[in-house]
Amino acid sequence: MIMIFGIPGPLLFGQLLLGLINGAFYAMLSLGLAVIFGMLNIINFAHGALFMMGAFASWMLLDYAGIGYFPALILAPLLVGAFGIFLEKTIISRLYKLDHLYGLLLTFGLSLVIEGLFRNAYGSSGLPYRIPAILQGAFNLGFMYLPIYRGWVVVAALVVCISTWAIIEKTSLGATLRAATENAPLVQAFGVNVPRLITLTYGGGVALAAFAGVLAAPIYSVNPNMGTNFINTVFAVVVIGGMGSIMGSILTGFGLGVVEGLCKVFYPQASATVVFVVMVIVLLVRPRGLFGKAA
Amino acid sequence: MLLTRRSALTTVAAATTLPLIRRARAQGAPIRIGVMNDQSGPYTNTTGVTSVVCAKQALEDFGVATKGMNVEVISADHQNKPDLAVSIARQWFDRDGVDVLLDVPTSSVALALQSVVREKNKVYLNVGAATSALTGSQCSPNFIHWTYDTYMLSKSTGGAMVKAGGDTWFFMTADYAFGKQLQSDTSDLIVKAGGKVLGSALYPFPETTDFSSFLVQAQASGAKVLGLANAGGDTINSIKQAAEFGINKSMKIAGLLMFVNDVHALGLDIAQGLNLTESFYWDMNEGTRAFTKRVLPKTPKNYPNSIHAGCYSATLHYLKTVADMGAVEVRKDGVATVNRMKAMPVEDELFGKSKIREDGRNLVPAYLFEVKKPSESKGPWDYYNLKVTTSGEDVYRPLADGHCSFVKT
Repeated sequence: MIMIFGIPGPLLFGQLLLGLINGAFYAMLSLGLAVIFGMLNIINFAHGALFMMGAFASWMLLDYAGIGYFPALILAPLLVGAFGIFLEKTIISRLYKLDHLYGLLLTFGLSLVIEGLFRNAYGSSGLPYRIPAILQGAFNLGFMYLPIYRGWVVVAALVVCISTWAIIEKTSLGATLRAATENAPLVQAFGVNVPRLITLTYGGGVALAAFAGVLAAPIYSVNPNMGTNFINTVFAVVVIGGMGSIMGSILTGFGLGVVEGLCKVFYPQASATVVFVVMVIVLLVRPRGLFGKAA
Repeated sequence: MLLTRRSALTTVAAATTLPLIRRARAQGAPIRIGVMNDQSGPYTNTTGVTSVVCAKQALEDFGVATKGMNVEVISADHQNKPDLAVSIARQWFDRDGVDVLLDVPTSSVALALQSVVREKNKVYLNVGAATSALTGSQCSPNFIHWTYDTYMLSKSTGGAMVKAGGDTWFFMTADYAFGKQLQSDTSDLIVKAGGKVLGSALYPFPETTDFSSFLVQAQASGAKVLGLANAGGDTINSIKQAAEFGINKSMKIAGLLMFVNDVHALGLDIAQGLNLTESFYWDMNEGTRAFTKRVLPKTPKNYPNSIHAGCYSATLHYLKTVADMGAVEVRKDGVATVNRMKAMPVEDELFGKSKIREDGRNLVPAYLFEVKKPSESKGPWDYYNLKVTTSGEDVYRPLADGHCSFVKT
């Protein structure tokens, strides 16, 4: 058997693959954050709570309406996205003129309220959500068992990440969006409804979080705290990738998933900290993040 | 405003009598039972409000009102933070006249409160925390541990699995006081029984949500049993993800600390076949069913588990002690109260008869359950088949092995 740093090769490959899968969640969540920060200048701390709402929405669709996983993959992001638009319209839009910190505090408060309400209604043990029948089972890759569902998560996440990147960087809608962030009054002068564009961007970012939530529901238990566990790491990912950089957050998300996965083999106790160690190093060496543009 | 002579007189009269009224009230101040547990975090369903409901049920069933006793139950959320718990406890003892501390899950928190209760000479009835150090190296004469501990869990669940041929183990362990204690208690037992521990992964608590890396390591170790030295949401996630990787087919999974609420969260299709230990199940006998029927309307979404039942049982036994000693004596001296509780036989319809040992260990029997298949379950929360019953004398750590400082051996 091949040994790499005293670890059997197959085990190491397995961990790399698993890291990539976790990275898929980081990538999707940090992508939403990057889009929202890039366009709205809001540090959306409610992202974890909205991710959790996505998971809950799919559970509710199944439990109350009998709607299965695949329709939920579309419906849940739409529902939660609509909720995001409601939040943006009623509360968040009032803060655009103020310092970033106010947005951060507000969204942090929102996440506490949302999580508290769900905890009150559904308790904290979590609710069961099954892997859809067609995605059950596992492939034997020789060096490890890869559950089909995990493979699906990576594929789905990649498709969503790349499409989002393409929409923002390669389409005229994306161009308008980017222009609106640079100089809103000018774009407005061309007859573009900028406030609506911003509202929809927030809705879109939220829908991304909810989509990740639906993907996560069968893997993790659907519980009110599931977002809190993710959000700190995801913020570190955004900081490392560079605030507002779309491709940066995707690549960093996957990359850090792998780093964390390796840490789980060599020194599991530090696996929750390793991302932050990387963050500190990046901030010291390159404060604007790996892919961030100079201010 | 002009004061009339009459109103001035009444004011003076009121001012002079008020302290008298206050003093009279202080003498008849109620005995207060403070339920402190997790009411918003990972252990909300396994402890939380249902514990408070069960303690109040004990007051009702004992008939404190008809017996002319003055007892109150209050509660607080310690958020699993030892520092917060200590400050709540001090406030309860110093300002709010609390006499008994009840429940207190989360081993790190439970250990932190041990010295506070001792210093104030109050009564500490712990039900929710697992670590066996509470009646061992960290024992206290003010303390009773009611329904379970890490030693008993490992002996019942671990012992049964080794006996059934599961002699090689891999542990997935939450990296804090409780997880480490549970792993070391279980490892000792496995080694004594001729088994072997092939490896373990200490994962950061509570930040870890993805256990796949550790599961793959467990699979690669070639061990027959995957021992989960964790609790609550972590256990649920571990088991769910183990099923995803097909580990429930290649290895036996031992959920070393699981409750009926965890099984409910997992769903029977994933939880079926798991072995776990509790000292109470709502559907054991007439008594447990009647009790569940009484409390369920007040906690409709959450059936009582062994911790909740323990809060009931501990409160009931405490009330009997109060009736025996008198409220004044009970309030005066925590150690004397605990000694009397130890001297009196424990009996209720939930746990049957038991005895509280010198070190504060209540010796209730342990039941090894197997989780039912979905096809066997006939109604809501119909989850367990009883496999093995171990008496309290056999399942808990022998008195001499605990090295409790005030126990003379």
